[in-house]
Amino acid sequence: MIEKIVKMSKNEWPLWEVFIRSKQGLNHKHVGSLRAADAVMAIENARDVYTRRSEGISIWVIESNNVHASDPSDMDSLFEPGQTKVYRHPTFYDVPDGISHM
Amino acid sequence: MQFNMERKYSQEELEKRFQDKIDNDIKIEPNDWMPEAYRKTLVRQISQHAHSEIVGMLPEGNWITRAPNLRRKAVLLAKVQDEAGHGLYLYSAVETLGTDREDTIDDLHSGKAKYSSIFNYPTLTWADMGAVGWLVDGAAIMNQVPLCRCSYGPYARAMVRVCKEESFHQRQGFEIMAKLAQGSPAQKEMAQDALNRFWWPSIMMFGPNDSDSPNSAQSTKWKIKRFSNDELRQQFIDATVPQAELIGLTVPDKEMKFNKDTGHYEHGPINWDEFWQVVNGNGPCNEDRINTRRKAKEDGEWVRAGANAYAEKRRMKVAV
Amino acid sequence: MKEHLFEYLLRLGDDSLILGHRVSEWCGHGPILEEDIALTNISLDLIGQATSLLKYAAEVEGKGRNEDQLAFLRIDREYKNSLLVEQQNGDFGVTIMRQFLFDAYRMPLYEALSKSKDEHLAAIAEKSLKETKYHYRHSAEWVIRLGDGTDESHERVQNALDALYRYSSDLFFTNEVDEALVKKGIIPEIKVIRNKWLLSVKNVFTEATLEIPTNNWEQIGGRIGKHSEYLGHLLAEMQYMQRTYPNLEW
Repeated sequence: MIEKIVKMSKNEWPLWEVFIRSKQGLNHKHVGSLRAADAVMAIENARDVYTRRSEGISIWVIESNNVHASDPSDMDSLFEPGQTKVYRHPTFYDVPDGISHM
Repeated sequence: MQFNMERKYSQEELEKRFQDKIDNDIKIEPNDWMPEAYRKTLVRQISQHAHSEIVGMLPEGNWITRAPNLRRKAVLLAKVQDEAGHGLYLYSAVETLGTDREDTIDDLHSGKAKYSSIFNYPTLTWADMGAVGWLVDGAAIMNQVPLCRCSYGPYARAMVRVCKEESFHQRQGFEIMAKLAQGSPAQKEMAQDALNRFWWPSIMMFGPNDSDSPNSAQSTKWKIKRFSNDELRQQFIDATVPQAELIGLTVPDKEMKFNKDTGHYEHGPINWDEFWQVVNGNGPCNEDRINTRRKAKEDGEWVRAGANAYAEKRRMKVAV
Repeated sequence: MKEHLFEYLLRLGDDSLILGHRVSEWCGHGPILEEDIALTNISLDLIGQATSLLKYAAEVEGKGRNEDQLAFLRIDREYKNSLLVEQQNGDFGVTIMRQFLFDAYRMPLYEALSKSKDEHLAAIAEKSLKETKYHYRHSAEWVIRLGDGTDESHERVQNALDALYRYSSDLFFTNEVDEALVKKGIIPEIKVIRNKWLLSVKNVFTEATLEIPTNNWEQIGGRIGKHSEYLGHLLAEMQYMQRTYPNLEW
């Protein structure tokens, strides 16, 4: 998603990002965006647009203006590769043979 | 965001990193650095695609109130509604590139932006609903499936959604045609007539011959075009001619014949004059289609304003 | 008794059919894409309800007709929809006001019918109630938004209310058909429904800053087949294919 100021010219409605949890136990997933005048309308529109084939049990809507995104040029410092923190990976540890469920 | 990247890396380095990603099938996402030309091409392509979905609602919408039974009425409504939804996913994708939906739509209404030329043809009989679903959606699917793997993340994801929903569109169209072709003489004639009128415009949907498509090479390099116009057109013809034969209808091309050596159908000459005339605004329905969309927007102005005013009043109340 | 149930099912089914048809006319012309999709959803729900109700009606009639024959081959006098639902779409304000007045009646009606002694009807009502609750929410919210929006939106929905309110009396018209079915516990007493309707309508109009018209001269007749001039045109369009190509399959 990009950070942008959404224009309110010519009676445009604000842009909302839509997140849907399709099944109990799953995370909400970003599915797209839509226009709505307020949050109540945004949720109803999201239901009509993104769950027409019964794909949702929970809907989150967030005005696009309120989404804050990381800067790709900061990727180097923000996301140091996991390669240097090897002790976080299970393969770093030897577990004797015969131990199951680990 | 772009500016930050441009401070860190040179233009050359950025372009190389960008092309490397594409060559390695790593998706480009909205916040990533991209050449301005890539962004512009995508905006044009995706918005054209979105406009096609929305304008495409009209030729089929024309028969909703005259659908011949309850089931056909419901199915047609659902299909046209899906098209609205597809348009919405695509406008949503184009907005990630920093363009405003309203500006994009204004370009459609002013004639600046194009949409698929097929929708400038009229739907004159119920059989046209069959022809449109079978041929037009069939052609669209051929174009859309490869786009599920295009380089731009939001566009690819929108295409995956669209493709999932699209398969019933073609099926219901073909089912309508099959039913008519096996019905009364009047029904069979209706079906053949619809095929006669929609065949050529459908194969023109794939665009001009590759030799007349100057932008194709760059789009292919950027993976926003996965197959050439002629390749897709041939695929479509090879798939569709046998389908017509199966239900006892004849494709209106006297030169159509199967080449055993190549395994492909060879077809007669396409009337490119007609194609360019229609693309440039002289088709049977161009004006009607645009006027209808313009009117819908104008008529809706007070509705959108009303909703905004109400939302604003609520915000003020909460603030106080 | 069978005739009474058949008659009543036609009223329910025709309301859904004609209103569903009217709303479907918006497809491709909505005030914004999202609302185009919402209206089409409503239309689809109504057509689905019409199909279930007319199918059951045909069964009850027992003359071998099916839902399509009922939907597409009756003459105007045989349709029993209320006058309200056959009114033209007008602008979005008229459409949403018509929808609201109807949903505010349909919701308590389906609630009551889901407890009907007729199991089949109860099942249809229960399924349809879920959809109707959503329709009601949608139309009520829009009436409020537009009523309390701009001066222009307020004026348009007030005008719509002034024009349509009189047809709502047709929703509450009853005759010996209803009497008989109430006695058998198949349908509720209409005044219970009417009271709930009045409450919803008053609350929503207050919030929407709208005034209920004082000219309340009732317009009735739909339930006994006396329609407005609009229904004839609507049916001419809707029935075209079946009339022009009789006895064929599609």
